[in-house]
Amino acid sequence: MKYLSKLHKILDSGQFAVTAEIGPPKHASVEGVKHHAHMMKDYVDATNITDCQTAIVRISSIATGVHVLGAGIEPIVQMTCRDRNRIAMQADILGAYCLGMRNMLCLSGDHQKFGNHPTSKNVYDVDSMQLIQALRRMRDDKVFFSGEEIKECEPRFFIGAVANPFADPFEYRIDRLEKKVEAGAQFIQTQCIFDMERFERFMEKVRERGIDQRVHILAGLTPLKSWRGAKYMQSNVSGMIVPDSIVERLKSAEDPKKEGVDLCIEQIKYVREKIKGVHGVHVMAIAWEEIVPEIVERSGLYPRPQVDPSELE
Amino acid sequence: MIIAQQKPLKDIAALISECNKVMLVGCAGCVTVCLAGGEKETEIMASSLRMMREVEGKPLQTITYTATRQCDPEYIPPMDEMVKDVDAVISLACGVGVQYMAERYTDKWVIPALDTKFIGGSTVHGEWVEKCGLCGECILHKTGGICPIIRCSKSILNGPCGGSQYGKCEISKDVDCAWQLIYDKMKALGKLDKLMEIQPPKDWSKSRDGGPRKAVREDVMIG
Repeated sequence: MKYLSKLHKILDSGQFAVTAEIGPPKHASVEGVKHHAHMMKDYVDATNITDCQTAIVRISSIATGVHVLGAGIEPIVQMTCRDRNRIAMQADILGAYCLGMRNMLCLSGDHQKFGNHPTSKNVYDVDSMQLIQALRRMRDDKVFFSGEEIKECEPRFFIGAVANPFADPFEYRIDRLEKKVEAGAQFIQTQCIFDMERFERFMEKVRERGIDQRVHILAGLTPLKSWRGAKYMQSNVSGMIVPDSIVERLKSAEDPKKEGVDLCIEQIKYVREKIKGVHGVHVMAIAWEEIVPEIVERSGLYPRPQVDPSELE
Repeated sequence: MIIAQQKPLKDIAALISECNKVMLVGCAGCVTVCLAGGEKETEIMASSLRMMREVEGKPLQTITYTATRQCDPEYIPPMDEMVKDVDAVISLACGVGVQYMAERYTDKWVIPALDTKFIGGSTVHGEWVEKCGLCGECILHKTGGICPIIRCSKSILNGPCGGSQYGKCEISKDVDCAWQLIYDKMKALGKLDKLMEIQPPKDWSKSRDGGPRKAVREDVMIG
């Protein structure tokens, strides 16, 4: 069997995957991106390239992806439904594929209210569920969103989606995950996990329904730099749960950054060893990309598996 | 009904600063019910504008009239005589009424006094909320009678998104998550299985994206 991407091969062969995240800059230079990519290259299997995260204008995820790919990392292009209608989305899907991107992550996108253009109009012509399904149909059925045939070279992406076990209603989060799998999602990255108990409950229900057998779930983990950062996420980011114990632990730490890294490593080891059905970790070191190699290495996830390019489509 | 709110009075006053005589036209339809442009509001606005101008030493003459409905062309002609010698017409109707006025009185400058906000209803006296997105193809039977098109800040058809927490939308703790409401209602109805069906992309050509829409009932046309 040929795989759609390196990440696809690693996950499908049952190896524990490691993905990270690179946030494009708010200017037109990719020097920082290249630096981060070079640094992470041997430590991760692929990196997400965020798509104007928190609705702040940045270099597009696809353009950034070209540079990340050039630096030797397989990109996971994020595509939100906030800024493009179905015509622009498909143009970018075709464009990303012809530029060598092989993984795409479909998301709703943060509301524009949070960004630097709060007076803009949001699009949401399609939602994340519909995007997943349409992306699968482009690949498997060779049709555009409209049903019109794609006559040659259909875009063949390894399709990702997100799940947030910390959003409400809790019970429906498992249903919605299953719905995304039905739509065509092949891998799932979760929202940052701080409330491990809730994540365990989520995974228990996922396993009860056998969803972990149908999709690769990567646990999202974020190293915290300070108790203030933790507190901010606790009170200001919707869909996030940060237990007080974590805020306290960082507050009382002599070296909060080291404590944050230690905590993240503990969490990685925990989800890997104790929670069945987790097939990898997604390390979101927000504005702290430099720390990823250390986290991966100290978590016992280095070196990363090699994939022979001849195994890929 | 259509919910509208008055523009700031000083903005309206600035628009007519060169006029000596204006006509203010209210509407007895929706904007009367939402207390924005009925007979009462029209009279108050006229007197407020006159007072402002009196203070400035540049008196303004006003005439007022409240149409049964400004969105119905048959109620416009009775104003033909009145508008003749005014410098501008201030309409306190929704955007539809303003346009009917401008269409009939081609040589008059017609000014909107209201911002037409949305289609909705009242909750308590003095508060109105948006309920319908005018999408042109109602899906309320699929969503427990709660409209995700307008009540979800992302118009998501397969919600809720990951920003829903404690029943609220990510945009504000004051905004209910429409999909939480839909979930609760479908659960109460024993119809949660319906939410597992993937709703396909919407046909927005039935909404404003198809251009200005027209509804035709040939059976009630005369002649």
